[in-house]
Amino acid sequence: MTQEYNVVVGMEVHAQLLTNTKMFCRCSADYQGAPPNTHTCPVCLGLPGALPVSNRAAVEATIRTGLALNCEIAETAVFARKNYHYPDLPKGYQISQYELPLCRNGWVEIELPDGSVKRIRIHRAHLEEDTGKNTHAGLHTLVDLNRAGMPLLEVVTEADIASADEAYAFLTKLRSVLRYLGVNSGNMEEGALRCEPNISVRTPEQAARGELGAKVEVKNLNSLRAVRNAIAYEAERQAGVLNAGGVIEQVNMGWDEDRQRTVLQRSKESSEDYRYFPEPDLPPLVVDRQWVEETARTLPELPDAKEQRYRQDWSLRPADTGAITGEKAVADYFEAAVAAYGQEDGKPQRMANWITDELFRLLYADGEGQDLRQIAATRVQPQQLAALVQMVDARKINANTGKKVLELMYGSGDDPQTVVKREGLAMVSNTDVIDAAVQEAFDSNPDELARYRSGEKKLFGFFMGQMMRATKGKADPQAARQRLQEMLDG
Amino acid sequence: MKLTKDEVQHVAELAKLQLSDAELDEYAGQLDQILAYAQQIQSVDTSAVPPTPQVLPLSNVLADDASRDSLSNDQAVDNAPDTDGGYFRVIAVFDESGA
Repeated sequence: MTQEYNVVVGMEVHAQLLTNTKMFCRCSADYQGAPPNTHTCPVCLGLPGALPVSNRAAVEATIRTGLALNCEIAETAVFARKNYHYPDLPKGYQISQYELPLCRNGWVEIELPDGSVKRIRIHRAHLEEDTGKNTHAGLHTLVDLNRAGMPLLEVVTEADIASADEAYAFLTKLRSVLRYLGVNSGNMEEGALRCEPNISVRTPEQAARGELGAKVEVKNLNSLRAVRNAIAYEAERQAGVLNAGGVIEQVNMGWDEDRQRTVLQRSKESSEDYRYFPEPDLPPLVVDRQWVEETARTLPELPDAKEQRYRQDWSLRPADTGAITGEKAVADYFEAAVAAYGQEDGKPQRMANWITDELFRLLYADGEGQDLRQIAATRVQPQQLAALVQMVDARKINANTGKKVLELMYGSGDDPQTVVKREGLAMVSNTDVIDAAVQEAFDSNPDELARYRSGEKKLFGFFMGQMMRATKGKADPQAARQRLQEMLDG
Repeated sequence: MKLTKDEVQHVAELAKLQLSDAELDEYAGQLDQILAYAQQIQSVDTSAVPPTPQVLPLSNVLADDASRDSLSNDQAVDNAPDTDGGYFRVIAVFDESGA
């Protein structure tokens, strides 16, 4: 019999903070694409006698993020040295935080498929420095230290994540919050946001006794999809090993994107091997409560709060609130469009439909695609979209024509009025024109007309289609339907 | 308390030191003395004293986030024993499992 297993996932997420300079020196953080070792100084090269000085903006970004993740902000936070040897780490230690991190005990809420809300607890969030970059070239390794010393925020969750989909939802939410705060680009492909899940499985009986299986940490995940696939794969692999009578070893694995599988990496060092001790070169951070309160006041409205407001004030459907609040650029666009269009009579929902159905479709099909933040650069201004939907409401154009007009606006940036006039797309409700179109449909299809009149009423739709084609889709559907009915029955 | 040779060997490996058998014995004895001294300090009652990571009367030494010039690439790699195209060059590192 095959045993059933529950999957247990905890995550470590590293987010490069969007500062101008590095964490402990004032080398420029703008090193992407720069030649190797051109953004370094004695501090980030680890030269003897150099004195690190903490970046105020990085400390503040960490406090902001901690507050947004519902963490307690420490009154005293202390940097510590994490000692290990690797060529991308010139000092032989990484400056991190250990016993006294800046942020602890927070949470992020995710929505489950059944609509319920689950809280993923944040164990801690702390500041540390990034390493350099190794390039392996045959018998040698080439080291570029431009990235060494970049500020990194590390977020560690409790092992509250119970599936690959929950992990995906958690990371999506975390990335969204980081982008709202403007502290991280959220770019996983470039490594600005890196996620290392640790994954274990256990039987329901073990779960009841509070036991955990041996955990496997997976690295080299460069997209949200890779995180989801790696967790699903690893959970299945572990269950397979156990069912075959094997044992799961606590190891690090890497994700092989091409083969969609995990592969063994080096064996995991136990934490005491890092020989953490307080960093003597950096005085402690003392965060008085006034600093925390002032920082809290600078937080923007976050995605959860926006979602709740859209649902409560504007009765938006839950499916749409998530799609709109996920990216701040989309939420900003939506709110500007609603401001121009109106908040009454279900208008926000109607606007949400236009954005998530029509505008998203155009964005996805355009250029790089997939990245909805492009909405901020679209030629269709929120006010122009509002004007377009108003024209549909006022039955100056019908909804299908509206979609066509939006497409033309998307290409040209023109106002909807201009497009409608230029393309001759105004809705036809003139009875003479409609009557002529109906007559044309009758004349071209005498057999169908006879069948309809002898009782085959479902042909109504056929005639409606013929009639709309004859008017190039511009007929007022309501008026057209009414005249068609009258003339069919007449 | 008596440090074993294996423990000394482990610490030496973490520090990337290669020690001979005689050295392992010698350092085991020396480290023992240091730990014995630390143990003596540990006998002091510090229950009312918060941990002290720093002895200087300083906190929140923070710099504004404004960039300054970095070293040139020539300066940065000047002291390196081996370089290649502006990179530091070292003997290839692989993960210990060889995977």
